[in-house]
Amino acid sequence: MKEYDVIVVGAGHAGAEAALAAARLGGDTLALTVDLDNIALMACNPAIGGPAKSQIVREIDALGGEMAKNIDRSFIQLRMLNTGKGPAVRSLRAQADKKSYSLNMKRVLEEEENLNIRQGIVTELLVGDGVVKGVKLKTGIEFYGKKIILTTGTFLKGSIIIGDHSFNSGPHHQFPANALSEHLEELGFELRRFKTGTSPRVDKRTIDFSQLIKQPGSEGDISFSFTELSSTQLKEQVPCWLVRTNEKTHQIIRDNIDLSPLYAGDIEGEGPRYCPSIEDKVMKYPEKERHQIFVEPEGEYIFEMYLSGFSTCLPESIQVKMLHSLPGFEEAKIIRPGYAIEYDCVNPLQLKPTLETKVIKGLYTAGQINGTSGYEEAGAQGLIAGINAMRQLQGEEAVILKRSEAYIGVLIDDLVTKGTNEPYRMLTSRAEYRLVLRQDNADLRLTPLGYQLGLITEKRYQKFKAKKEAIEQEKQRLKNYKIYPEDEVQSYLRKVDSTEISRDDTLGRLLRRPELNYEKLAGLDKERADLAPEVIKQVEIQLKYEGYIKKQLKQIEKKKELEEQQIPEEIDYEQIEGLSAEALEKLKKVEPISVGQASRIAGVTPADISLLVVYLQKLKREVTKENQHE
Amino acid sequence: MYFKDTIAAISTAVGEGGIGIVRVSGAEAISIVDQIFKAYAKPKQNLKEVAAYTAHYGHIIEPEIEQVVDEVICLVMKAPKTYTQEDIVEIHCHGGSVPLRKILSLVLDMGARLAEPGEFSKRAFLNGRIDLSQAEAIMDVITSKTEAGLQVAMDQLEGGLSKQIEDIRSKLLTLLANLEASIDFPEDEIEGFSFAEVEERLSEVLESVEDLLATSKKGRIIKEGIQTAIVGRPNVGKSSLLNALLRENRAIVTEIPGTTRDVIEEVINIQGIPLKIMDTAGIREAEDEVEKIGVARSQKFLQKADLVLLVLDANLGVTEEDREVMDLAADKDTIVVLNKIDLESNLDVETLKKELATERVIEVSATEEIGINDLEELISELVFAGQVEANDQTLVTSLRHQEALEAAYEYLLTVQETLAQDLPADFLTIDLKAALEELGKITGDTVGEDIIDQIFADFCLGK
Ligand SMILES: Cc1cc2nc3c(=O)[nH]c(=O)nc-3n(C[C@H](O)[C@H](O)[C@H](O)COP(=O)(O)OP(=O)(O)OC[C@H]3O[C@@H](n4cnc5c(N)ncnc54)[C@H](O)[C@@H]3O)c2cc1C
Ligand SMILES: Nc1nc2c(ncn2[C@@H]2O[C@H](COP(=O)(O)OP(=O)(O)OP(=O)(O)O)[C@@H](O)[C@H]2O)c(=O)[nH]1
Ligand SMILES: [Mg+2]
Repeated sequence: MKEYDVIVVGAGHAGAEAALAAARLGGDTLALTVDLDNIALMACNPAIGGPAKSQIVREIDALGGEMAKNIDRSFIQLRMLNTGKGPAVRSLRAQADKKSYSLNMKRVLEEEENLNIRQGIVTELLVGDGVVKGVKLKTGIEFYGKKIILTTGTFLKGSIIIGDHSFNSGPHHQFPANALSEHLEELGFELRRFKTGTSPRVDKRTIDFSQLIKQPGSEGDISFSFTELSSTQLKEQVPCWLVRTNEKTHQIIRDNIDLSPLYAGDIEGEGPRYCPSIEDKVMKYPEKERHQIFVEPEGEYIFEMYLSGFSTCLPESIQVKMLHSLPGFEEAKIIRPGYAIEYDCVNPLQLKPTLETKVIKGLYTAGQINGTSGYEEAGAQGLIAGINAMRQLQGEEAVILKRSEAYIGVLIDDLVTKGTNEPYRMLTSRAEYRLVLRQDNADLRLTPLGYQLGLITEKRYQKFKAKKEAIEQEKQRLKNYKIYPEDEVQSYLRKVDSTEISRDDTLGRLLRRPELNYEKLAGLDKERADLAPEVIKQVEIQLKYEGYIKKQLKQIEKKKELEEQQIPEEIDYEQIEGLSAEALEKLKKVEPISVGQASRIAGVTPADISLLVVYLQKLKREVTKENQHE
Repeated sequence: MYFKDTIAAISTAVGEGGIGIVRVSGAEAISIVDQIFKAYAKPKQNLKEVAAYTAHYGHIIEPEIEQVVDEVICLVMKAPKTYTQEDIVEIHCHGGSVPLRKILSLVLDMGARLAEPGEFSKRAFLNGRIDLSQAEAIMDVITSKTEAGLQVAMDQLEGGLSKQIEDIRSKLLTLLANLEASIDFPEDEIEGFSFAEVEERLSEVLESVEDLLATSKKGRIIKEGIQTAIVGRPNVGKSSLLNALLRENRAIVTEIPGTTRDVIEEVINIQGIPLKIMDTAGIREAEDEVEKIGVARSQKFLQKADLVLLVLDANLGVTEEDREVMDLAADKDTIVVLNKIDLESNLDVETLKKELATERVIEVSATEEIGINDLEELISELVFAGQVEANDQTLVTSLRHQEALEAAYEYLLTVQETLAQDLPADFLTIDLKAALEELGKITGDTVGEDIIDQIFADFCLGK
């Protein structure tokens, strides 16, 4: 009887990362999927990145994951967003060729040494004694594994709704996973029903682009992965387009709103606020006269166009009318209608920060099944679940990223500490330390960990170390580089539209001036060496915003004590006298691993935390005392 | 050592005993006190250099204006052989809440943090000083004190402060949500604030915080109660009024004039404002020795009071004796209470208002409980409008709130600086969030989810 180390159920964005991580860490891994032709399928927007998400993609890359590389292989347009709002929120977004993305990822999985991929629908988990042992497929066949990772996305009891039509289905009309959902409930999982939606797809040849506004890509050498700069490989970026709804569109929606299952009450699932359907936007914001729709190619070689911002589940006939009301779309043909999808997901409060479930040992869940939404969020969880499944197998300490280390840390901490009542999407405003969690420094933050885990090659690590050293050296050099209020200096400063210095200064300090940058200082810098652009960028950001960065580091330092204070797994909260009833209930449910995590639980007050700290100390002393007696 | 910061608190209960102690514990304790202490004998002496367990006689000086605050004895104790196992300095002063609080706030200005209830004991325990059996007791202290403290905080918050802070918070949230929305949704057409608009809104908020700080410094956010005296000639219904305000029969009521012989003191809470309320003996030419003493005491209390409730009997009208009492109360903040309006009235309210040159006349019936709410309303209005203030300075601000408010203020000033430097939007959000977090310490809110909710409440976002 063959027993795998890790079985990953699902090969979407979470599943792909989980399977790759497990295999790369030496695990004999099996990935199962409903449809082998839809690996890492982008069910919605053909795009990766954007605010908070590009940060995640780069974190995945620094930890040895695949998403960044795969989008670098498959993009057809790149845009740098938020360029003027500060380095922490600058973010890259790529339009992907949807099919290439999927195929490229499939190829990577196929080529991975310890990884087997196979088509099949899991209907049951094999569980013995509270420990997971394997999976059973719809066809009756069983596979055994020491660790199982569920990444079933929107497939659990998936139900597609278009107008008054609704049918049991996974996304993009793939088979749904019904039996597994019921089985999970029997095992003790609290399932919830969430909802999301997607827009109609249109034949490119039926759109009059002269009436649309062209959205070209950004110029320059940019990529997601820190390993290679790949934008040059694209001969020409494919443009996106912008169009706006108008009064006519809104009228059609208002006239037919009672046909929307959202409004007729046929949909019970909780939908995301940040991803409203067009009917929601029109009904909830009647004062807004128009809404933007981005028209995005689904691929380089096909004619299918995605209408971002036009998600709807109105009946098809109405979708056609709405579409024809848009300028340039008078003759447009829908080739796939928009739809809403409802699905089951688990309550993430039933998870540990390692993404192992509290319900069944050895079972992990990652991705949309945990109540999130988005490819990047899914990929990040998949990676962490894959790593932790293998670490546990190998008897190593689990990887739990801190909120001050990575967006991935924020994501998982939010999920397992606060839970979520709507599909959770990452936003930069969720990260309290976002100034230090930039997309540009993700490698500096996480490559050492990736290397230590064994997911970053020696070669890449050496390259990383060299980069890091170069940054430090250059920073020191600029900080020590003195300049004096001499004529030559003053006239140069005036020339670059800055102001004169009144006394001795350093280049490092001059760099803080908003109007100056590294390049502009060249004329004052006689010892400048030829440095790589990514080194210069780091030097510039780190010196320019040093004051603010230090402030944030200080905030992190202040909370460190709480974060580092562990709560033993076997703690009995009933023993802590004086805890409020609410705190008691929440602490028992969440099972926080540190005092820091406990302090973030809604309903746990500072007084409760004080009691907890005192109690923990008491426990510790009792242990030392006992040891002394022995 | 377990803790990094230095804490301070008044360690004798305010008002008890003659000597008050401000206790400072932590790594910086000695250097903090050193900055405000001048030894009598050796003014140049540095506290950091003195031997452990020594007492030093001298003055606490307010450094900025070099003014003596109080004459004190400083006890310097060094880690680890102290209660908390940290460096401790105790400043023993003359007591009375004015110098005590002044010294405490100087210590806080120098970098100490206000101790949480029970925190000295908690540190003592965590640093290994107290043994296990005492841990439970400490937990009790923490909960009970925190609960009591919270209750006080809540009481204060109900009384209007909460509204003002909520107001400031919501303005800041709007501002932050605006910035955050355009950061997280760069491609949505958000009508974001221009920097000029941000600046304008920010200074508006800064002004409100300033106002609030000013009032809280004056002591309007009260902790210990406004001294309120109920006065009037005998039998007008003073004791009945006290009972009505207390909603219980605390004072003896009879139809015989001169029933109340001595001052009865009670603390009541009117719309979040604690009042120390005193029912006094009716003021008149006393008929016997006991009453005489009572009357004298009434007059004394009347003089000491922050607020006087002067009771008249509407049924009997204004008598000569009433006029004498009015004269006594002439220079006090007074509310004229026309009692017994359930009976036939022989008083014209308007004439009375003219005669006494006051609008503050309230008609009530103490026994029928008519108009009591109006009276309470008026009292709270007067206090919050700042028309009634503590004259003996025992009313002090809730230092913790003030601390949070001041911290928020500092952060907002930093936001202003950031604006002036023309830095990108993200940099504004850092200190805005920090300010919100400080205000949250007063209202008990956290920023995290609030800001996300605000973003989606204010804008139509996403695709
Ligand atoms: C209609 C729709 C609209 C969306 N809209 C948005 C949006 O607007 N914004 C946004 O950020 N995100 C959106 N998403 C979400 C985004 O597509 C997902 O968050 C992301 O794909 C989740 O990745 P995942 O790996 O968790 O799941 P998926 O990518 O869905 O992958 C699930 C995998 O599990 C496999 N699987 C499922 N059940 C079984 C089983 N029983 N046995 C074997 N294999 C199984 C499937 O074959 C698949 O490979 C939308 C998704 C859909 C379907
Ligand atoms: N009808 C009526 N009687 C009242 C009212 N308030 C008080 N009285 C009566 O007036 C009498 C005196 O009331 P007290 O409250 O004892 O008056 P006092 O001012 O405290 O009297 P001293 O003890 O002499 O100070 C009692 O008989 C009360 O019942 C009122 O509002 N209406
Ligand atoms: Mg009386």
